[in-house]
Amino acid sequence: MNRQINRVTAGLIFLMLALIANLSFVQVFKAKDYRNAAGNQRVLRAEYSRERGPMLLGSKTIAESVPTKDTLKFLRTYANGPEYAPITGYYSVVYGASALELQENDVLSGNDSRFFVDRLQQLIAGRKPKGGAIRLSINAAAQTAAYKALNGRTGAVVALDPQTGAILAMATSPSYDPNTLSSHDPQTIQQTWDVLNKDTDKPMLDRPLAMTLPPGSTFKLVTAAAALESGNYTASSSLPGPAQMKLPLTDRTLGNWTGSSCGKNDKVTLEEALAISCNTAFAYLGMQLGSDALETQAKKFGFESSFDVPMTAATSHFPSHLDAPQTAMSAIGQYDVRATALQMAMVAAGIANDGVVMKPYLVSQVLGPDLTILQNTTPSAFSRAMSSENAAILRDMMINVVAHGTGSNARIPGIKVGGKTGTAENTPGESAHAWFVGIAPGDNPSVAVAVVLEHGGGATEVSGNALAAPIAARVMRAVLDR
Amino acid sequence: MTDLARRYRVSTRRSAELALIIGAWLLGVFAWILVDGATSNSSLGGWTSLISAGVLMLVTHTIIRWQAPYADPIIFPVAAALNLFGLAMIHRLDVSAAQRAAANETAAPTPDVYLQIMWMAVGLVLLMVVLFIVEDHRQLQRITWISGLVGIILLFLPLLPGLGSTVNGARLWIHIGGLTFQPGELAKVSLTIFFAGFLVVRRHTLALVQTKILGVGVPRPRDIGPLLAMWLFALLVLILERDLGTSLLFFGVFIVMLYVATGRRSWVLIGSGLLVVSGFLAYRAFGHVQIRFDVWLHPFADANGNGYQIVQSLFGFANGGLFGTGWGQGYPDLVPFAKTDFITSALGEELGLTGITALLLLYVILIERGARAAVATRDPFGGLLAIGLTTVLALQTFIVIGGVTRLIPLTGLTTPFLSYGGSSLVANYIILGLLLRISNAARRPEITMSTEMIEVNQ
Repeated sequence: MNRQINRVTAGLIFLMLALIANLSFVQVFKAKDYRNAAGNQRVLRAEYSRERGPMLLGSKTIAESVPTKDTLKFLRTYANGPEYAPITGYYSVVYGASALELQENDVLSGNDSRFFVDRLQQLIAGRKPKGGAIRLSINAAAQTAAYKALNGRTGAVVALDPQTGAILAMATSPSYDPNTLSSHDPQTIQQTWDVLNKDTDKPMLDRPLAMTLPPGSTFKLVTAAAALESGNYTASSSLPGPAQMKLPLTDRTLGNWTGSSCGKNDKVTLEEALAISCNTAFAYLGMQLGSDALETQAKKFGFESSFDVPMTAATSHFPSHLDAPQTAMSAIGQYDVRATALQMAMVAAGIANDGVVMKPYLVSQVLGPDLTILQNTTPSAFSRAMSSENAAILRDMMINVVAHGTGSNARIPGIKVGGKTGTAENTPGESAHAWFVGIAPGDNPSVAVAVVLEHGGGATEVSGNALAAPIAARVMRAVLDR
Repeated sequence: MTDLARRYRVSTRRSAELALIIGAWLLGVFAWILVDGATSNSSLGGWTSLISAGVLMLVTHTIIRWQAPYADPIIFPVAAALNLFGLAMIHRLDVSAAQRAAANETAAPTPDVYLQIMWMAVGLVLLMVVLFIVEDHRQLQRITWISGLVGIILLFLPLLPGLGSTVNGARLWIHIGGLTFQPGELAKVSLTIFFAGFLVVRRHTLALVQTKILGVGVPRPRDIGPLLAMWLFALLVLILERDLGTSLLFFGVFIVMLYVATGRRSWVLIGSGLLVVSGFLAYRAFGHVQIRFDVWLHPFADANGNGYQIVQSLFGFANGGLFGTGWGQGYPDLVPFAKTDFITSALGEELGLTGITALLLLYVILIERGARAAVATRDPFGGLLAIGLTTVLALQTFIVIGGVTRLIPLTGLTTPFLSYGGSSLVANYIILGLLLRISNAARRPEITMSTEMIEVNQ
C-alpha cells in the first residue's frame, strides 16, 4: 500500500506545484494585461489615493487636491476654474486629463524620476506618497483681465513676456469649469462632457493654442519686417497706395478698407502705410519682396514650427510657391495664411525683444512635494527674426499706429503703446475676425499681447481697433499695473 | 518526556513543535502590526485577538504533549501558521469594512475576526477532544458504517425544510439558534472514516483482476458497485444541493482511496471516465454548471455579470505581482467573498507571488507530513485513513485555489485553515486531530521491537 501512498502524495504535491505555476502565469506574465484591463479600478484608486501636487501662481493656488471621504481619496479642485481652464485642463476619472494636468502628470503625480529621493524617504518613513508642484508663469491680474475682457465672446488672448517667452496670460472664451469634469461622479461628468461637446461655441477648445485663423492686417508686421530686413526699404520709403489696385494675372481688384487712397498722389511712406493699414501699399510691397522672402521672415517668427508650452500649439502656416496675386494677398495676412493667437503674440514679442523670438513657456518652476525648488525654467531663444536696429524701427512704427493710426483704442495714458490692428476675412459672407497685437511700454516693452475675436465675437461691425484693441489695452495695463 | 521516551531515548520532538508554534504566532503578530500600520488602524483591538489565538495554541500544544507525545511535531504548527495568516487577512478586511462604514457614516460592522477566533477555539477544543476520546485510531474502524450513516445525514441535513437554507445558490447551510453551520464540512471527516473502513475490508476483492486490456488489469465488473454507488451519491449532492465543489471533492477522495487500497490504476481510469461523463451531463443539464464552465473559458466576456468574481480575483492577483502591495496596502475588498472563497486572492494581492507560494508550500509540508504518517503507521486502516484525510485537505485546497486563479472552473469551497468560516475550520482541526493521533501511533516506539533492538545493540 505504501507504494500507492507515495504515488498519491507525489500527485497531490504536483497539484500544489500546478497552482504555483498557474499563479506565476497570472501574477507575472498576465499581470500587465489584467492591470490595464477595462473595469479594473485598482490603478485608478491608487492614482487617486496619492495627494496630487498643486499648480501655483506665485503664492496663489489654482489647482489642488483636497482629501475626501470617498473611495477615491482626493478630489481635484480648481480656483477660478473657467478662467484657467485652458491652462490647468481637467483631471477626470472618466476622460483622463488634459492641458497641464496631462502634460505635467509625471510631476504632479510624483512619478517623475526627479522625485526618486523623495519617494525613497516616503517609503522608509511609511508616509503617504505625495506629488510634486508646478509654478506657472501666468500673471494672475493679466489672466483675470483677459478673461473678463473677453466677456463670453468667442475669442482668445495670449500675453507674453517678450524678454523670456513666459506666457503671462492665456485666456479662451467661452470656457468651461474643470471642477465639474474632475468630480467623482461619473454620471455628472458624462452629462457635462456631452453638453460641452455639443456646444457649437466649443468651450473645451484651447483657442489661444489650437485655433488658427487668417491673421489679416496684423500680418503686415511680418511683411514690414521682411521689407526692413531686405535692406531696400526704410520707414520713410515711399510706396504706391491707390484706393484700388488690380491684381496681376486675375480680374480681381484689391481695395483699402477705407475705400480711399492712402496718401497724396497715391503715394504713402512705409510707416504711414502701417499706421493706416494700407492694403494696396502692402500688397505691392509683398509682390516686390516675393513670396520666398515673406515665407522666410514668417518662419523666423515661428510660422511652420511647433511649440510645446508644454501643450503642443497648432502650427501656424505661411504657404509656399505663390504666384503674384497670392503673394499680394498673403502679404496682408489673407489667402492661406493662418496663425494662432500665440503665434501673433510671438511676432509682437520678437519685435519688442530687439528682434529675438523667445520660446514660449507656461511652467516656470518644478517643485518637490515639500515645495523645495527642483528646477527653474531657463528662457531660451527660438530665433533672431530681425536685426536689433530694424526691430527698433518697427517698434516706433507700431507706436505710431496706436498714437496716430488705426490702433487708437489701445492707448494707455502715460505710456507709449505699440500695436497693429487686423480685420481678417475668412469665408465670404461670414463676418471677419477682429485682431489686435500690442506691445508696451513702447521703448522697452515688458509685455506683448495678441487678441483675436472669432467672427468679431458676434459684433455686427467688425474692426480690430473697436473690438480687440480695448481688450489688449486692459491686459497690458494689468501686466504693467497701471 | 514520558518514561518510555526517556528509557528508549526516542525523541518526541515536542519542544521543536513549541518553537514552531511560537514562530507561527510571531508571523501572525508581524502581519497584524503591518496591517494596522498601513491602514492607520488602532480601534479594532488586535492584542486581545492575538493573545487569545496564542493561548489557544499553547493549550493545544500542552494537550498534544500529554495525549499524543509522539505525534508529528510539524503538522500542528503548519496549520496554526495558516490559521494565523487567515486571521490577519480577515482582520485586514474588517478594517476595510470599518473604513467604508465610516465613509458612508454608518455603524461599523462587528469584526468577523472575533467570530473566527471563537470558531478557532471550538476547532481546537474538538481537536483535543479527538485526542482524548480516540486513544487509538483503530477504534474508528469499528464505527465504519455508523460513520457512513452520520456522514450522509450531515450532508443532506440542509435539505430539511425549516433547518436548511440556500446561500449564493447552494443549499449547504443549516441554522441552529443564531448560528449558521455547514454540516457538509463535518461529513468530510465521517465519510473519510467510512471509506477507509469499507475499503480496507474489501481491498483484496476489489483488487482482483479478471482480464487485462493494454496491459492494465481490469477489475471484475461486479466489483464496480461501490464506485458506481459513490458516483451516484456525488451526483445527488450536485443535483440536490447544487454544490459542484463538495461533489467533486468527495468523488476525488473516494477514487484516490480506492486506488491506494487496491493498487489498481484501472480504478482511477474508470473513475476519471465517470467524472468526465458526469461533468458533460451536468454541463448539459444544469444552467449553473454551464455558467461556471463558460465563465472559466471566457471570464472577460461577462466581466460585470457572471464573470465578475473571477475577473476581480484575477485583478487582485495581478495587482500583487511578484512581491505584493504589502499588508494593508492593496484593494482586496474589491473582490467579492474575499474573506471566504477568495481569501487567496486577497493574500495574493498583498503578499504577491512570493507570499502565496510560501503559503502553498505550507500545504505541501502538510501533505508530506500526512503522507509520512500514512506510510509509517503499522495498520492498513490507519494508513488509508491518514492518506484519505490528507487528500481531503489537498484536494480542497486545489479545487478552491485552482478555481480563484482560473486554473479550473470556479467552485465554492473554503481554503483549509485560511478562509473565514466556522464549519470548515472546525472540520479541518478535527482532521488535524486524527492525523496527529495516527502519526502518534506511527512514531511511537513499539515496546517489544525496541527491546529486541536494544538487546541486539548490546
